[in-house]
Amino acid sequence: MNWADTIIQGVLLGGLYALFAAGLSLVFGIMRLVNLAHGDLIVLAAFLILLLVSTLGLNPFVAAAVALPVMFAIGWVLQYVVLNRTLGDDILPPLLVTFGLSVVIQNGLLEGFSADSRRISAGSLETASIQVGPISIGTMPLLTFLSAVAVIVALNLVFYRTSLGRAFRATSDDSSTAGLMGIRSERIFATATGIAMMVVTIASLYLGTRANFDPTQGPARLIYAFEAVIIGGLGSFWGTLAGGIIMGVAQTVGAAINPEWQILAGHIAFLLVLLVRPRGLFPRAVD
Amino acid sequence: MTDHVSSAWTVTTRTRGTSVAIALIAVVIVAGFATPFFAPRAVIQDLFFILTMLVLAQCWNLLAGYAGLVSVGQQAFVGFGAYAMFAAVSLLGMDPLLAIVIGGLAALVLSVPTAFFVFRLQGAYFAIGTWVIAEVVRLSLAQWKALGGGTGTSLPSGATRDMPGVRLVADLLHVRGPQATDIVCYWLALVLAIVTIGLIYRLLRSKQGLGLAAVRDNREAARSLGVDPLWTKSFVYLVAALVTGLTGALIYVQKARISPDAAFSVPDWTAYVIFIVVIGGIGTIEGPIVGVIVFYILQNLLADYGSLYLLFLGLLGILIMLFAPRGLWGVFASRSGIQLFPIRRMLAARTDTKND
Repeated sequence: MNWADTIIQGVLLGGLYALFAAGLSLVFGIMRLVNLAHGDLIVLAAFLILLLVSTLGLNPFVAAAVALPVMFAIGWVLQYVVLNRTLGDDILPPLLVTFGLSVVIQNGLLEGFSADSRRISAGSLETASIQVGPISIGTMPLLTFLSAVAVIVALNLVFYRTSLGRAFRATSDDSSTAGLMGIRSERIFATATGIAMMVVTIASLYLGTRANFDPTQGPARLIYAFEAVIIGGLGSFWGTLAGGIIMGVAQTVGAAINPEWQILAGHIAFLLVLLVRPRGLFPRAVD
Repeated sequence: MTDHVSSAWTVTTRTRGTSVAIALIAVVIVAGFATPFFAPRAVIQDLFFILTMLVLAQCWNLLAGYAGLVSVGQQAFVGFGAYAMFAAVSLLGMDPLLAIVIGGLAALVLSVPTAFFVFRLQGAYFAIGTWVIAEVVRLSLAQWKALGGGTGTSLPSGATRDMPGVRLVADLLHVRGPQATDIVCYWLALVLAIVTIGLIYRLLRSKQGLGLAAVRDNREAARSLGVDPLWTKSFVYLVAALVTGLTGALIYVQKARISPDAAFSVPDWTAYVIFIVVIGGIGTIEGPIVGVIVFYILQNLLADYGSLYLLFLGLLGILIMLFAPRGLWGVFASRSGIQLFPIRRMLAARTDTKND
């Protein structure tokens, strides 16, 4: 077994988990909302891309570009019409509504697409690889990782360098005072969820092209995303990337020892971090 | 519990219709025990399902509705209790009845380290934390080759037939062994449901219950009055784990076949349970009872539609949470003022010296 190879594959897999997690991190950072349907929305986006690829014959990357505004709109409307009603001091309504949403999306997809596992074909890219010394790196995993870094950079730019980001931070800190300054928090929240859904679309592109997926996979993606966010520390996008990488490395190392231990190893890494650093490795937010 | 405010006043939890409610509950309990004497086996099995779901729902409601602990990982205790029962029966040759107790205790033991981890997570993250723990337990037990690993195993044939009471029931009611096993399981589920509801009711009327409600409504204010939120919540979490484990073990004595995917199923042991509580009315003892009845009716009407049925349940749950967050019972109770299990303390003119 080649350890360097295993760890590099793990880091690249971590890019995928960071993509799963970045949207969750953004939404939680701004409105303290944990969307239990996050994983199912990733799978929903993957089916949307699959539909565009199979019916219009689009290249998966073009299909993802078409899906981006659609998913933004879905996220915006979902937040504005449904989830905004649940926000408040009580944590029950948002959790139970998004849990219900998770069940609805999962079973809606089962009804529409059956339980068969699918894959989005990316042509020759699927098997392409780059040789770096003795290690061969798959082009798709590398693209996934680079996309994850790009998404994290973009989210940081939006969050800290734009007026939208200023509104995000202001609403997050104190939404009633932000309201006095003319910021309409309902719209800010809707925009944030819309952006999170665009990140979800990018994640789903790689989810769908790298491996098979089916309607029941959402909850597991939610759990990986959640673990990456907690490992990284709440409120830090770079921390989320680091958390994704730790999850990815833990899983590939676990799988290298015994294939049955892959998922378990990721969970154990998460529990260890929770044990040693309950607030994550790079916490920013106070809560 | 009676607080003496002054000699002329007393604190009571009785409401209009409390005597009627007590009579009603007594009738239901007597009818429940008598059912196997005249009902066919299918009815007994359905009632067993309803009662076990009711106990799971009461436990989840105790956590979420009273302690503010929204767990999406109670399947960890259902599955662990069931697996501990299987291990005790299959590997140690223990009697299934005793093994059910072992199952409950095993879940209680598991809940201690679990609480240690998940209580580090606040609010919403607590929910997913419990889910992660359930996954870890499921994946770990799937490695246990002696109990069939990932594919699962069955109870040794005859194990449930030799359970105490089964032969007696078979002779008494002139039924075959498997049916007698179902009847014994049903009576156990009935006892478990009555004891669980009774204990939760007692807990909520006690000083600890008042503390629990105080912590849920305002953590800081409760702390300033000397209620320790962590201790209160941990206690509730452990109790819920114990009862959930007992229920899981009992369910799998009746099923007699186990696999990690079934025993740790999120839809079966968590999604259904959450919908039962939300539809019936979260934060009341009556809510899960109403919810489980509605759930059973819906399942009989719509189960043939498979995933559409779950989709419908999900939508119903969302709509109720958005527009009637107190659930069906909550709407009914606020309109009628009727409470079967009153826990709200009210000031009343003292008429006698009765303590309750």
